[in-house]
Amino acid sequence: MKIGVITFPGTLDDVDAIRAARYADAEPVSLWHADADLHGVDAVIVPGGFSYGDYLRCGAIARFAPVMSSVVDAAKGGMPVLGICNGFQILCEAGLLPGALVRNQKLHFVCRDQWLRVENNTTAWTTRFEPGAEVLIPLKSGEGSYVADQATLDELEGEGRVVFRYVGENPNGSRADIAGVTSANGRVVGLMPHPEHAIDALTGPSDDGLGLFYSVVDSLVGA
Amino acid sequence: MARVVVDVMPKPEILDPQGQAVAGALPRLGFTGVTEVRQGKHFELEVDDTVDDDTLAKIAEGFLANPVIEEWTVRRLS
Repeated sequence: MKIGVITFPGTLDDVDAIRAARYADAEPVSLWHADADLHGVDAVIVPGGFSYGDYLRCGAIARFAPVMSSVVDAAKGGMPVLGICNGFQILCEAGLLPGALVRNQKLHFVCRDQWLRVENNTTAWTTRFEPGAEVLIPLKSGEGSYVADQATLDELEGEGRVVFRYVGENPNGSRADIAGVTSANGRVVGLMPHPEHAIDALTGPSDDGLGLFYSVVDSLVGA
Repeated sequence: MARVVVDVMPKPEILDPQGQAVAGALPRLGFTGVTEVRQGKHFELEVDDTVDDDTLAKIAEGFLANPVIEEWTVRRLS
């Protein structure tokens, strides 16, 4: 079971994503932005950070990296892909997920442990969670406000494609308190909070984040 | 050769907290009467004669702007 983790110039959280894959008993494989070869991985994590310095728009340049064209093709073929924070922004820019992430409503960079509700436990990345489970996951972003036009929001709600929602006060002005969404086939998930930072009580606020990585391993074993 | 200007602005329905912060700072500086500020991006491109208007539109729509959240205009200056 191989989970690829992409490193772009400016990526920060690839090491923690690799560690999370290892915790879930998967074999992490480092993928380089300039290499279009996915090296036989079964799933891909696009981790957080500031790819290309967030120049132009968050994720706007990363989406054109050689590795991303392979990821887009693989995702269209059903490969599970998880975008975390900057990775979520990249997947939106790449068109794998609808909507966009814009500057937080009050302009503050938000860094805190955030409660989320799991709204959809049928995606490739969330089957280990009970429906409606509340999980504690670090959030650290300045451009994490999820926006989409009303028709897209209605479609996401109608199809149950909102995967994670902020519990309590909305930290960044996201429409409908949305913290994470999924693709129509439930294989691609993006979220702003960082489950890879919550895999061990020694180093995070909880180990709630592990559920995502165990879930994808389950989905690959079952495939 | 020609100089082309691409202006990118947040769509009217998209909250622009940066523009709001600028608008909020103006009265503190003693400037009154500015009721709204929207902040966008301004690009200047030097292009040769092989770059036609269709290509410029593709550059603006597909890269310089994100049509989910932004509007764009292209102007040739010369």
